[in-house]
Amino acid sequence: MSAVTEPSRLATNKPSFVVCEGNEAAAIGVGLSRPDVVAVYPITPQSSLVEHLSQMIADGRLRADLMNVEGEHAVMCGLQGVALAGGRTFTATCGPGLAFMFEPYVRTPGLRLPMVASLVTRDLLSPQCVWGGQQDAMVVRDAGWIQMYCETVQEILDTTVMAYKIAEHRDVMLPINVCHDGNYLSFGVTRVEVPDQQEVDDFLGPPNVNWHIALDPSRPMGVDPLTGGAGGAGPRNFVRYRKGQVRGMQNALRVIREVHAAWGEKFGRYHAPLVEEYRLDDADTALVTIGSMTGAAKDAVDIARDKGEAVGLIKIKTFRPFPLQAMVAALAKVKRIGVVDRSVSFGWNCGPVYQETLGALYHTGKSIPVISFIGGLAGADITVEHFARAIALTRELQWGRDPNEPVWLNEND
Amino acid sequence: MHETHEVRIHGRGGQGAVLACSILAHALIDEGKHAVAIPSFGFERRGAPVAAFLRFDSAPIRAMTNVYHPDCVVCIDPTVPRTVDIFAGMKPGGTVVLTTKEKLADLKFPDFVARIGLCDAVGIALSIYRKPVTNAVMLGAFARTSGLLTLAALKEALQQMDFRDAGLSENLSAAERGYNETNVHDVHDVQKVAHAAAVA
Repeated sequence: MSAVTEPSRLATNKPSFVVCEGNEAAAIGVGLSRPDVVAVYPITPQSSLVEHLSQMIADGRLRADLMNVEGEHAVMCGLQGVALAGGRTFTATCGPGLAFMFEPYVRTPGLRLPMVASLVTRDLLSPQCVWGGQQDAMVVRDAGWIQMYCETVQEILDTTVMAYKIAEHRDVMLPINVCHDGNYLSFGVTRVEVPDQQEVDDFLGPPNVNWHIALDPSRPMGVDPLTGGAGGAGPRNFVRYRKGQVRGMQNALRVIREVHAAWGEKFGRYHAPLVEEYRLDDADTALVTIGSMTGAAKDAVDIARDKGEAVGLIKIKTFRPFPLQAMVAALAKVKRIGVVDRSVSFGWNCGPVYQETLGALYHTGKSIPVISFIGGLAGADITVEHFARAIALTRELQWGRDPNEPVWLNEND
Repeated sequence: MHETHEVRIHGRGGQGAVLACSILAHALIDEGKHAVAIPSFGFERRGAPVAAFLRFDSAPIRAMTNVYHPDCVVCIDPTVPRTVDIFAGMKPGGTVVLTTKEKLADLKFPDFVARIGLCDAVGIALSIYRKPVTNAVMLGAFARTSGLLTLAALKEALQQMDFRDAGLSENLSAAERGYNETNVHDVHDVQKVAHAAAVA
């Protein structure tokens, strides 16, 4: 991908727009958030994101240290050191890179380090593929990181900045993955509003790292202690750490809402923080979507509406922590649901979002039929026509026609 | 009433089809339209057939998907049509812009094509860059054939780009020559073709 931005525009202090791909929008959001250290290792389809960041640092448009390290494991280890020293950090990865990062990656939430990292989601191997899919993000959905999935290129930029405010909130203090779909969002080029740097500075305020465990020679402290086991204070200490982590995740549901509302007030762009309901109020049938597929799904909903069908849509933005209340409120409105996943739950013979939607459905106190649709694996497209088919099959549930197994949308493409 | 225009650009890796799509999006957005450019993707190999997609409209565009039913096909490489069906899925009454040295009478087009723009983009590119990099030339040819974009807007967008392989003045002159040296042929009455398709 070639850069199609105008460097000079970022140097001015006026709100402006650029025409850029999703990866560049993420890089611009990172630049506006003024991280102290960016550590990177390139991997498709994330590479152009770190190329844009490297260029911004080389040009002096972003005053950060760039750590060009030997692999993703070193990326995360290095950034843990930076965060423990009080620095604001950024990295981005996906797929096999995330797999290589896994060991320090899962330690980060327990260390309560408020990092922000883009996941430019990619399907997992094998078979060999280098293209988009959300399997990588879904594999780590219980690693303790917050996960927010973007629908549009603009939302990538906005969410990247918001992520720092959410992660660094003292009631949260957890790392965040801002997820955007490899290929369709990472390389999709469109118009993006770039907020004014001063306004972003005002919005974010000074970096608020985890000062409690920040390394400080005048205040020596053991960080990441050995605890747990079955004796002494171990069990209760370990539970205390884990409960704190879980509480931080639950607090994040409130903080994510507050930060999205504050962003809307300041910049005029209101993104649904947890769950978006689209044409749902008088709907009897709904699709559940996540990520960049949602735009085409909304088009398909509009077409169904034009035919007089009472169809709506529920989009999940925040998947971790799972927005239980918001999902229950949305699911309670409809009689039948089709959940569209861009990944697979190998254990349950369905998509992961489908499985979790069933979990939320229990809390509505009613049992309604739900179909699992799986599409867009390994770079496959989910078009308006695919969604039209998903809507038609979901509506057929009212006549008792339930496939009782996942529908693979690209099976005959 | 708004109408979504869908464009598909065919080329080979290294000719800049994907970048051309971005430049088009840039130019159209600067003219106040909504536009989304999406590249098809494979392993980025020089010489392999590639395609890039563009949607634009006066209304916002939500679908981040490839284009399957283009109303305009631009082919920036003269040999790609031998291996790729560049007309696949085209809407009736569509526009095709080709780089070729041939005359219209020596070429065959499907019946549903209504307007054809022909430009010897390889020849122009060789004289400007000494390389057959045809993307800027073909952007000029697209502007001329489709009438959906002015040459001035295209040149304005080119001026905003960072180019890796060529200078701005070369690219501006390539776009201008593409615009001026494209022969546009209306081969069918668009209404008739659309009507025939509706009847069929």
